[in-house]
Amino acid sequence: MATGELNPNHYQAQRAAKVVQHYLNTRYGSPYRLLGLHRVYSGNAEDVEDSGRKYQLEISVQEIISNMTEKCSAEVLFPRGGQQRSPQVQASCEELLKINTTAQEEALYQQYKMKPSLFSAQNVPDSYGHIDPDTKPFWHLCIVASSFIMLNESSENTLFNVAQVANITQLATENDQLKFDCHVLLHEMVSQEIIHWKLLFIWSPPEGVKVQQMEQLPHCHHCEKPPNTN
Amino acid sequence: MEKSTLGFFVLVLTIVQTSNSLVEGLESTRMYDYTKYHPMDEIYKWMEDVERDNPELVSSAVYGRTFEGKNITLLKFGLQNPEGKEKKVIWMDCGIHAREWIAPAFCQWFVKEIVNSYKTNKKLEQMLQNLDVYVTPVINVDGYMYTWVNTTTRIWRKSRSTPPSGNSCLGVDLNRNFNANWGTVGVSFDSCANTYCGKEAGSEPEATAVMDFVGKMVKQTLCFLTIHSAGQLILLPYGHPQISAPNYDELVSVGKAAAAEMKKLHGMGYTVGTSPQILYPNSGSSRDWARLVGIPFSYTFELRDKGEFSHLLPEDQIKPACEEAYAGALSIITYVHDKTFNSGAIPSAAFSGVAMVMLSSFMVVFLTTGVLL
Repeated sequence: MATGELNPNHYQAQRAAKVVQHYLNTRYGSPYRLLGLHRVYSGNAEDVEDSGRKYQLEISVQEIISNMTEKCSAEVLFPRGGQQRSPQVQASCEELLKINTTAQEEALYQQYKMKPSLFSAQNVPDSYGHIDPDTKPFWHLCIVASSFIMLNESSENTLFNVAQVANITQLATENDQLKFDCHVLLHEMVSQEIIHWKLLFIWSPPEGVKVQQMEQLPHCHHCEKPPNTN
Repeated sequence: MEKSTLGFFVLVLTIVQTSNSLVEGLESTRMYDYTKYHPMDEIYKWMEDVERDNPELVSSAVYGRTFEGKNITLLKFGLQNPEGKEKKVIWMDCGIHAREWIAPAFCQWFVKEIVNSYKTNKKLEQMLQNLDVYVTPVINVDGYMYTWVNTTTRIWRKSRSTPPSGNSCLGVDLNRNFNANWGTVGVSFDSCANTYCGKEAGSEPEATAVMDFVGKMVKQTLCFLTIHSAGQLILLPYGHPQISAPNYDELVSVGKAAAAEMKKLHGMGYTVGTSPQILYPNSGSSRDWARLVGIPFSYTFELRDKGEFSHLLPEDQIKPACEEAYAGALSIITYVHDKTFNSGAIPSAAFSGVAMVMLSSFMVVFLTTGVLL
């Protein structure tokens, strides 16, 4: 296990930094604010007795709509132990909050809060990588919600990205929160697998994204293993 | 009408018809949209057009059949060597992994650039006189065609072969099936997994097609480039964490020079390193096989992006992604060409032979001791 100073370009620091991206999106993500890992400048890993492995990172993240980048310091603790527990992240990138998205978020919220017909879209992006401009904010919302899953599921042996939103459907507004059902395909880089998840989440400008339910869907419906596999 | 007059008319008609279809052909390759993704039948037709329109530069070869019996076709680019010297070889393949659509798009872009610039670019013309460049736009034809069926098939990665009895899922990860430390790291033996390496090295016709064809010209081959997505990486051999290529330092410096050229175009960073360093360990890759049989320069290009779209790269990024990839590929090709033809250096074949023996010995030690650091 790589310990001490890490090569920032090598996979150990890069995987830990990706976890920070997912964490930041759960905290700051919105239909008009979505973060991507930009660069890793330095990294350090150490074993923490009885806890796990702790990474200290200097990274920069980029907000993908405005292209603004910000340097952040972050700490990621991957827990040790039998039980699958999610990594603990500490990071602050306060500058990113200064990207003013209030007006757009409010407009979107008002537009869809009372709409008679609920928003729905499939295959975002489509096979050609295309996304309808009206669909983009909802694509962002589903990615933010998926970040809760990607954060929970991450370990030192994984690297998650959202491959595609198979379906995002708006449900009836609940307690002034827009509510959505999202079927998302996650790409896990190390295994190269596509993992299906279904999410129920709510959003409003003041509250941000909150996931109510998440469920992993079966890996491959038509791949039932025969009884006598070696 | 006299026979000779009739004959003359037939001759004229034939000439007119031939030049009409030539003009049509030229129009069709000029009108081909390189900034869109194309299904396989369009790619096959395009290859025919390119060959027909540029007979002095291009020839094609079918060097294998996929599991489902489709042609695995390459285009060969080269000009006559003015001194009749033996040509050296550059190999490029795209589309080993079905869902990585930007890769075949890049192979087509690469061909377009060569065809459109070789007459006016003196350096390129010189290189084509010394080199034969083999380009396979799509190796995994079955998989690629499957990704075009509907949106649920778009993210398929593997080939489409039926599994050995007792196994339930289709397809093999072709980039784990090559005869290079096969089945040792970064693979699954579960046929349902996306890194399933097959029942043995070279079990897949797509992989053996490459190994057989390139295997016949290993001594002349300077460079083996295999194009994938995504991640923005330039990977050098080997995929095994304990095995280093004998020319590691040079592979790194040539790779870094390529990455620097790529960054100049659109500011995109490409990280250079071995797969176990910057991505993950793996075995049975085509890149590793090429280096192991003695091809001195072997790289995997992982093109755009870094996770926003991953394999579903938007068509409006095809042009910039291909421009930077072309700069990178050309940088490496130019280096290996100039090293071989302009410096009069010792040919690398003998050196690689020694390296291969050393590597085999190392592998024996490794396998016997089974030590994994």
